[in-house]
Parts: sequence; C-alpha cells; structure tokens
Amino acid sequence: MNPEKVVFGFFIVLALTLNFGFFVGELDNPSHHHAWELFAVVVVNMIATVLKFGDRTQMGAVLLATSLVAMLQLIAASLVWTFAVYATDAGLTASIMASIVSLSGGAMIANVVSVTLLVIETVMLRR
Amino acid sequence: MDTIFFLVLRRMRTPLLTLIVAYAVAMAGMAIIPAQDADGNPTTMSLFHAFYFVSYMSTTIGFGELPNAFTDAQRIWVSVSVFVTVAVWIYAIGNLIALLQDTTLQRAVAERRFRMRVRRMAHPFYLICGYGQTGSTLVKGLTDRHLHAVVIDIDPERISLLQLDNQREFVPALCADARSPDALESAGLKHPLCRGVVALTNVNEANLKIAIAAKLLNAESKVICRADSHEIEANMASFGTDHIYDPFDAFALYIAVAIQAPCQTLLVDWLSGFTGDTISEPHYPPHQGRWVICGYGRFGKAMYKHLKEQGLDLAVIEAAPHKTGIPAEGVVHGRGTEAVTLEEAEIRRAVGLVAGTDNDADNLSIVMTALELNPDLFVIARENRLQNKELFDRVGAHAIMNPSTIIARRIRVRLVTPLLADFSNLARFQDEVWASSLVARIIALVEERMPYVWEVSVDQERAFALHDAQDRGLHVTLDTLLHDPRNRERQLRAIPLLLIQNGERILLPALDERVEAGDRLLFCGLEEARWRMDWVLQNIHALRYVATGESQREGAVWRWIAAWQRPR
Repeated sequence: MNPEKVVFGFFIVLALTLNFGFFVGELDNPSHHHAWELFAVVVVNMIATVLKFGDRTQMGAVLLATSLVAMLQLIAASLVWTFAVYATDAGLTASIMASIVSLSGGAMIANVVSVTLLVIETVMLRR
Repeated sequence: MDTIFFLVLRRMRTPLLTLIVAYAVAMAGMAIIPAQDADGNPTTMSLFHAFYFVSYMSTTIGFGELPNAFTDAQRIWVSVSVFVTVAVWIYAIGNLIALLQDTTLQRAVAERRFRMRVRRMAHPFYLICGYGQTGSTLVKGLTDRHLHAVVIDIDPERISLLQLDNQREFVPALCADARSPDALESAGLKHPLCRGVVALTNVNEANLKIAIAAKLLNAESKVICRADSHEIEANMASFGTDHIYDPFDAFALYIAVAIQAPCQTLLVDWLSGFTGDTISEPHYPPHQGRWVICGYGRFGKAMYKHLKEQGLDLAVIEAAPHKTGIPAEGVVHGRGTEAVTLEEAEIRRAVGLVAGTDNDADNLSIVMTALELNPDLFVIARENRLQNKELFDRVGAHAIMNPSTIIARRIRVRLVTPLLADFSNLARFQDEVWASSLVARIIALVEERMPYVWEVSVDQERAFALHDAQDRGLHVTLDTLLHDPRNRERQLRAIPLLLIQNGERILLPALDERVEAGDRLLFCGLEEARWRMDWVLQNIHALRYVATGESQREGAVWRWIAAWQRPR
C-alpha cells in the first residue's frame, strides 16, 4: 500500500462527496445549501488540485485538468454568492441561489470524471 | 520546458498545501467563534469577511478588526493564527526562492533558453564544439566577418569566458558534453540553417564521436575536425568527415613549402591573416645543410618526414626514443636542453633547429642554448600554450608553431572564404616570380597592414544590381567593378585574385573579363574597397554610373523633371 495514493484518493473522493452534499436539495432554496459546505468543497478541491501537481503522465495531466475545471466553477460559485450578499441590495434571491448551485453542479461533474479516471487507473494497475 | 514546469510544480506542492490548510483553518476558526456587532449583539463573522481578514492578517500584520471589533475569544484565535499563517507564508516563499537558486533548475532554464535561441537563429551558423584556444580564435574570426556560431563546451568557466569576450555577433553557448547527441541536437545540429559542425575539443575521441554523431544525425552537414593522430584521422576520413586538420602535419608541410617557395608562403600567409595586423616578414628557411630536430613526438615526426622529403641532412634528439621510435639516422639521447646533447648532434655545423617537444619550458631552453652555440641557426619553436606567447616572441625563433592558431586559421579560411583555399591550391603550381610580383602588388595596395580578403557571388541576393545588369543592357567587366562609385575616375584599391566562371577557375583574371550572373570572385585589398564595391553590386544607379558614367534619373517624376530641364 502506498500512503501517498491513499491521501490522493481520499481527497479526490472527498471533493466529490462534499460537492454532492452541497448540490443536493431544492435548486433555488437557500436553506438547502449551506455556505460552510461550499467552503469545505472549495478547500478540499484546492487540496486535491495541488496534490495533482507535478505528475508527468497523461493520466495525471487529465486529472489536473478536471480539477482545474472544478476549481473554476467553484470559485465562480463563491464569487456569485459573495457579490449577491455583500455587493447587491437584493441579497441572496432564489434565482441567484439556483445559479450558485448549478455552478457547483458543473464542478461536481468534473469531480465525477476525476473519480472515474482514478478508478480506471486503479483497475488498470491491478491488471 | 516540461521538465522545469513539472519540477516547479512538484516542489511547490507541500508549501501550497500547507498554505491552503493554514488559511482554511484560520478562516473556519474566525467564522465559528461568536462575534459581536457594534451594539454588542451576538453575531457570527461570515466566511467572506473571514477570508478578507485572514488574507491581510497573514501577509501584513498592520490591521484593524473588521467588520466589528473582535470579541476576546476571536482575539485569542487571531493571536494563534497570526503566527501560523505568517510562518507558512515565509515557508512557502522561502521554498520558492530556494527552488529558483537550485542548480538543477538553473541548468534546465539555461538549457531551455539556449534551445530557444538556437531554434530562432535566422542566419546560417556553424556549430563549434570546444571553446579552447582554437575554438575562441575561430569564433572571433567568424564573428568578425558577421558569420554566426553556436558553441558547446564542457567547461563552465570557458562558457563564462565566452560571454565576457567581445564578439561582434551574439554567440549562444551551452555548457554540456558535446559527445552526447542530445547536446548536439539542442545546439542546432538538425537546424536547417546549420552549415556545419566543427569539432575542436582537445580529446581525440570526443572529436571522433562528434563527427560520427554529426554525420548520422544530419548527413548534409559539413563536418570539420581536429585530429592529433593518424589513426583517428584515418577513422574520421573513413565515414566521410569533410575536412580533418592535423596541426603538426599542417605546420610541417607549411615549413616544407616555405623552404621551397618563401614568397608563395608569404602570399598565402598574408591573405589568410587577420585584417589589420601588421604584415609579416618572409621566412627564408635554409634549403640545404643540417637540421637538428629536438623531440621525436607527433610534431617531430611530421617535421622529420617533410624535411626529409626536401633532401636535408637531419639529426634527431629525443629523451625517450624507446617510446617514440628511432628514425633511420639514429637518435641522440637526451632532451636537447643541455649544451652537451646539442653538441653531440653537431649543432655548430647545423643550419636549422626544430624545438618540438611538448613542454614549453624545454623548448624555450633548447632555443636559448642552441642560439648561444650557433647564433646563425634558423629556429622553429613549438608553442604548446598560448599564454607563453610573449616568451616565444622574445626568444628569437624565426617561426613559431602553435597548434591552435594554425588550426583556427585553416578552418576560418575554409569557412569564411572557401575560394581562398582554392586560390592557395592553384598558387602552389605557380613559380616564385609570379608570387613575388603579386606580393609586390599587394604591398603597394595595402602598405603596412594585412589585406582584407572577400568573396563576391553574383546572385540575386548578394549582387542584386549586377545580377540584373544584362537585362538592362549594361556591359559589366571586372574593370567596371573596380571603379569607385563616388568618382569613377578613381580605382578601388583591390585586386581580383580568382574568378570562377562556368566551373572554370581563372587565377588573377584579366580586367576585361566579363562578369556574369552565377560567377564567383575573390578579391583582396582594403576593407573600405569592399564596402564601396557593395554599392556597385547592389545599387543599380551606382552600377550604371560606374559602367556608363551617366547618372540617370530612374523614377517617373524625376524623369519628367529631367525632360523639362533639358530644353532650357
């Protein structure tokens, strides 16, 4: 067992599960989507991205790319949230909540791809 | 590129992770701990404010408490997180700086920059392996004529020396082992503009490997090598190395020719010298009598062979004859630095001396002792290290043999003015009278300085006007080219040495010889004459003026003005 691989797999899967946790619930209902969850998703995704740095294989490059996509989506989501709450008078309306959650949904797809690739790589290694 | 990028990413992984975790923990703490608003009502800090606060807390420690004054619980947390986040920042930045100073990274960056520069070379260039005495002289000779070069050397000190040397053209240099094909490739061996590879390292095997790699990786490249032994020379020749230079053999042959034809040797010396140097005096090595050769190594053997062919009486002095072999005449055992040994070789009866050991101190000592015994000797000294030049200049030797200078000069002539090599070969069949009359003409032309030698190719690019002259009905002869474009009554100070026309080589062509497209010419004279002549070659007005004496106005408006002026 390679401890590095354990940490690596842990963070990639955690990024997906947290992302899913934030995503589930009514799309436009703010009480179904908590700010802390988004915070955790962003932090864990960042860690997962940095862990993917410096891998020269083709698989490593694709994994890094999916993580970068997820980061982009999540940072966009948190920016929208911050702007809505602090920079506009309307506050966190249902439509804005919907766009935040759909952005995180996009990030979740990237995370799903990431986990799938991880699984494929593991399976190929076994063989 | 890839290597550097991944190197940086991999090394930055831990610092970045620590940074992210430290930020996340500090932010979470700030947002969890109960806060108070301005009126003292309990509230919590939002994640956005926490991020804002932590960002400036960890980078600068001069801040206020935002958005509201903190509770004591928050202050406790801040005082802990200040130390953690600041320490993590310092750690991350320190790591990045250490990474930039890393030698592996620096070498990777230097190599990448070198590759980029070579790839972007827009002019034909030569790849020179080895920047020792020979290499540096050659690079100087090439760049002085605006030819480009790329240098590889294994010694970092020599590469930094190259950067200090003042070259006229930029010379990309890489510190690498030229024996590795990778290094050769990154130095542009496969570049379409790479004209040739010159292997000048002081290791024979390295030169051999470079020659092989060059021929295998780029069959069209010209390969020029230095070889110090006949075995290596034969090996190099076997797979088609274009030019192989053996300094010892080259010099011995030079002396042999000088014995037969001193004027011819002087002529070739002048034409292949550095322009602007003071012209050298002719040597008159004695062509009969006894010669003493000290040292029977590579140089001694080459001298022995060529002097023997001249029918001279030879005596050889060698300290270790069991290693070097013994010539037919037998050998005087000793180093030649002592009077006894020289006497034994009958130095007082001799006319010439070759001090040819591989030790400069010995050579100097031999020359000094021998000249004391017999001041009328013609002395040839072998100078192994260029830094001893001043000593050799003073010791009173008539000819000084320096392997690096000889090779550098030969290769420079071969690369810069290939026609001059043809000229020297043709001149060898001419007699001394011919040579001395040409020498006299050159002296009259250039006075005290070495003449400037240049080639002219009549093609679209380098002689645009001349190339199209026939279409414009201009009759151009060599004489036309030798007129000054500023005042056609005056002659340019240049002599045409060689004309190559339809594959035929004409030595010292007559001035009424016609010049046509596709011709190649070799001139010698003043450098200034070349720049004047370039006007005639490239500018149609200048050409028309020297050919016909009239300066026509070529543009539509000017022709109209000329037509208007004429009736008045």
